[in-house]
Amino acid sequence: MYTEGAPIVDGKRPDGPLDERWEKRRFSARLVNPANKRKMTVIVVGTGLAGGSAAATLAELGYNVLSFCYQDSPRRAHSIAAQGGINAAKNYRNDGDSVFRLFYDTIKGGDFRARESNVHRLAEVSVEIIDQCVAQGVPFAREYGGLLDTRSFGGAQVSRTFYARGQTGQQLLLGAYQALARQINAGRVKMHPRTEMLDLIVDDGRARGIVARDLVTGDIETYTADAVVLATGGYGNTFYLSTNAKGSNATAIWRAHKRGALFANPCYTQIHPTCIPVSGAHQSKLTLMSESLRNDGRVWVPKAPKDNRAPHMIPEDERDYYLERMYPSFGNLVPRDIASRAAKNICDTGHGVGPGGLGVYLDFSDAIERLGRDAVEAKYGNLFEMYAQITGENPYKVPMRIYPAVHYTMGGLWVDYDLQSTIPGLFVIGEANFSDHGANRLGASALMQGLADGYFILPNTIGDYLADGPFPPVSQQAITSVEQEVVDRVVRILAVDGDRSPDDIHRELGQLMWDYCGMERSEEGLRKALEAIPALRKEFWQRVRVLGTGDGLNQSLEKAGRVADFIDLAELMVIDALHRTESCGGHFRAESQTEDGEALRDDENFSYVAAWEYGPQQPVLHREELLFENVTPSQRSYK
Amino acid sequence: MKFTLRVWRQDNQFDKGRLVMYVVDDISPDMSFLEMLDVLNERLIKDGEEPIAFDHDCREGICGMCGLMINGNAHGPNKLTTTCQLHMRSFSENEAITIEPWRAKPFPVIKDLVVDRSSFDRIIESGGYISAPTGSAPDAHAVPVSKADADNAFEAAACIGCGACVAACPNGSGMLFTAAKTTHLGLLPQGQPERLTRALDMVETHDDLGFGGCTNSGECTAVCPKGIPLEAIGRLNRDVLKAATKLPARH
Amino acid sequence: MLDAARRTTPGRIWSSTIGKKAVMGVTGLLMLIYVIVHMASNLKIFFGRENIDGYASWLRHLLDGLLGYEGFVWVARIGLVACVVLHMTAAIQLARRARKARPKAYQHRAKVQGSYAARTMRWGGVILALFIVYHILDLTAGVLNPNGVHLAVYDNVVADFQRWYVVLFYAAAVIALGFHIRHGLWSGLQSLGASTAARQRAIQSFAFAVAFLITVGFLAVPFAVLTGLVG
Repeated sequence: MYTEGAPIVDGKRPDGPLDERWEKRRFSARLVNPANKRKMTVIVVGTGLAGGSAAATLAELGYNVLSFCYQDSPRRAHSIAAQGGINAAKNYRNDGDSVFRLFYDTIKGGDFRARESNVHRLAEVSVEIIDQCVAQGVPFAREYGGLLDTRSFGGAQVSRTFYARGQTGQQLLLGAYQALARQINAGRVKMHPRTEMLDLIVDDGRARGIVARDLVTGDIETYTADAVVLATGGYGNTFYLSTNAKGSNATAIWRAHKRGALFANPCYTQIHPTCIPVSGAHQSKLTLMSESLRNDGRVWVPKAPKDNRAPHMIPEDERDYYLERMYPSFGNLVPRDIASRAAKNICDTGHGVGPGGLGVYLDFSDAIERLGRDAVEAKYGNLFEMYAQITGENPYKVPMRIYPAVHYTMGGLWVDYDLQSTIPGLFVIGEANFSDHGANRLGASALMQGLADGYFILPNTIGDYLADGPFPPVSQQAITSVEQEVVDRVVRILAVDGDRSPDDIHRELGQLMWDYCGMERSEEGLRKALEAIPALRKEFWQRVRVLGTGDGLNQSLEKAGRVADFIDLAELMVIDALHRTESCGGHFRAESQTEDGEALRDDENFSYVAAWEYGPQQPVLHREELLFENVTPSQRSYK
Repeated sequence: MKFTLRVWRQDNQFDKGRLVMYVVDDISPDMSFLEMLDVLNERLIKDGEEPIAFDHDCREGICGMCGLMINGNAHGPNKLTTTCQLHMRSFSENEAITIEPWRAKPFPVIKDLVVDRSSFDRIIESGGYISAPTGSAPDAHAVPVSKADADNAFEAAACIGCGACVAACPNGSGMLFTAAKTTHLGLLPQGQPERLTRALDMVETHDDLGFGGCTNSGECTAVCPKGIPLEAIGRLNRDVLKAATKLPARH
Repeated sequence: MLDAARRTTPGRIWSSTIGKKAVMGVTGLLMLIYVIVHMASNLKIFFGRENIDGYASWLRHLLDGLLGYEGFVWVARIGLVACVVLHMTAAIQLARRARKARPKAYQHRAKVQGSYAARTMRWGGVILALFIVYHILDLTAGVLNPNGVHLAVYDNVVADFQRWYVVLFYAAAVIALGFHIRHGLWSGLQSLGASTAARQRAIQSFAFAVAFLITVGFLAVPFAVLTGLVG
């Protein structure tokens, strides 16, 4: 299944007290003088919170930046859909928050599978992010006194989440997009929208450029630079149905992986507990409802299985508020993985509600009674509207139905403390890397990480690499060989001319992954998946049908290329899930649970990052030991 | 449910384009409009016809990528709704549905229902930002912002840049989009120093791109999926006139 | 557009679509003031021949010490022509720009919001322009008037409105004017930036009230003549 390789270490991690490490690294990282910055070019792929903020900041520093996105505008990257908020250890509430507590909550939320140094740095930087965003004009929610409002979020007992109604991601992204637009206007960033990266150019051991397809003209083009930054997001769409945007894909990171970048912890996927349930076979994506809803909504199911009375007909004592019952101290605010699995388990025992019994109630009637309808509307109005629009039901009157859905992938390309992958000159930021969330991400931490990487961390660390630049011109041979491979692959996909659409095959892959590598994984299921995936790959290359040509806009062709990569990545996810026989965070192995069905971690054998090297036959596993010097890994308990 | 669709098909920017009729059957009322098109596309692929190209991404009404003219209404018949959030239950059985792309000179058709809206990016690039380089920010609480201003700024900032305002405007004007941004930034204390130059520069760019002028007909705000109010344009007008009269001559 | 044109205030205003709308707003408001005065003075006909003819003569003597006989009238006329020229030029330029902004029309177009008044601004404006030409030839120059005696306002008007088709045309033009003012007044205030969220509704009602009163005031005279109330 895989072979064992040499252990890997994070060579950039500074030693010393935890809270001095980032300071130390910033000081030890070499600087690039302004005249040299002007001579160097950095490619940034992706324009979400991480990519947008990185491109803008690198341009402000004086580098020439080439920025790419597949959407028609950088403003549309999927960070825009994040709803709930962004964490920051501001302690404006004086409720006991601190950098260390945010660090601790994040590392504990990640089930002790993340690096202490990275997570602490994230918590430190979180404070600056809020300042930066406010200065850019992000309209965060405010109180009557004019100061910023905060709310509490899953997995935390302090109120440290800053938000802009239910559209925090949108507002933060527009801030980054506007900063990017300013640099485009200044001529420091050259923007390439509707352009999809299809491969990485590595020359003389360094990442030196990308091959991309202009989605409008169909031209395969190459771009070279002194460093390449991938900010291309996660790979949740491997499951076909997820809360990701339809276009979100893993092609950029998968291509980089095939060119030598290690892929870390691919099996760590987060299933978000509060999504709108599937309504039928036509379902094309799942819609998340911010988990902030769990602050005031109460989750329940009928006590009696197969009880299909209307919710208001079920009396209070016949309702099971199972999260409050099982986790009295955190109640409805338990971390995502716990809330999701609890929902799945309760539905598996026949208590589920709605079509197919795949749903649980999220009830606001208590909150409406306690706070008044207006207060509830002010907090969650747009989420309620969205729910009503999709389901045709009024959540002020009828409890919402929710069900878990694939939402975020904690795994990603392996990076060191500098956010550099195992290919020198290839940096990976945001959801595309693996670095900060361990086996499970806390709510309102993705926005924090994306912006931390893009605004503050990468711009400080990339200089250390670029201090050796500018690098000599890229060899023509390196460029043309990669370009040719990309062209050949497009030709190959078009030539299959089978009878199944890319979506059709993708749906099959998704179902397979949801069944065998979803919320609960077992040796038996994973082995089944491991047999089915190669067969599906074969099916793809024999039966996929892409009409039209590669010259011009061809959305089927785009999808087909992405699906082919999802299939390959799915196999690695399954292998990773199979090798990690413990349960941790979002990765729950049926074989590894406590007596009362909680995830049972195995720190003795699995306290490491699984970094996979691409092998044409079998992947190679490199382990990075995780050291905990400041916290003691404990079995998570939210009871 | 069953529908008769007339869909705009256009091979590329230079093709003349035409409406093509398709009948779709077995459509669930719970399908979104785009899922209905997905179903049609699956069938077209099976039949060996190129699927219909249309823009979409998040499918939760926030990215602003989708946008179709449905029976002459931008984003279809429902108010405050993007095309991806429109569901087939909003149509009646056997309804004839005409689907066209946004039409405006600054939004050239790329293929079928896909248009190029990069002119919106040009407008933002010309001034739709606050110059706050990374690292230069004071503490977030250094300047309090009244809740009313923050809320109104947010309301304007909710614009998703979908282009429905332009598509619906009888003049092909992008003024609601432009005004949403100047209003968002102009209401916040952080946005004051550049407020007048921003308004002037963005409107100049808007005009240069070939958008029409605003005649206050109000079609834009009626179709806006985020309900950006017309008074945003009033505010922009004020800022532009103030800028034109107060700003020193630039060279 | 040349950037040079954008360096000065007038250049900035005229080169921008918002500026042009502001010019239309200002000129529209000036013309509206004229129209209100015109309407009010028309009503003098109800006070008899001497009253309205005397007013016509008084107007020509107004400020004659400074401007000479008919001086004030000519100043007003020149001002009005300037307003009309600016208003129409801006309107035509904006209409042409709008046409260019949508080179290909929708095959299926539903109207959602725009009021009738808003949609008929351009053609309403054209009707008004044509009417004004006729109106000047009729009652100012007198060449198309059956009576046509200079300053014999009362007789000229009565002679005019004996004919039903003139009343019809006049009434149509006045209604067009009402619609034009209904949207134009609101739109002008919006273009000049006077309309805020709080004032939105008040301005809409105000525009409607002004348009309604002007329409009724202007229609009163021909119908009074036609029904024999005057004459």
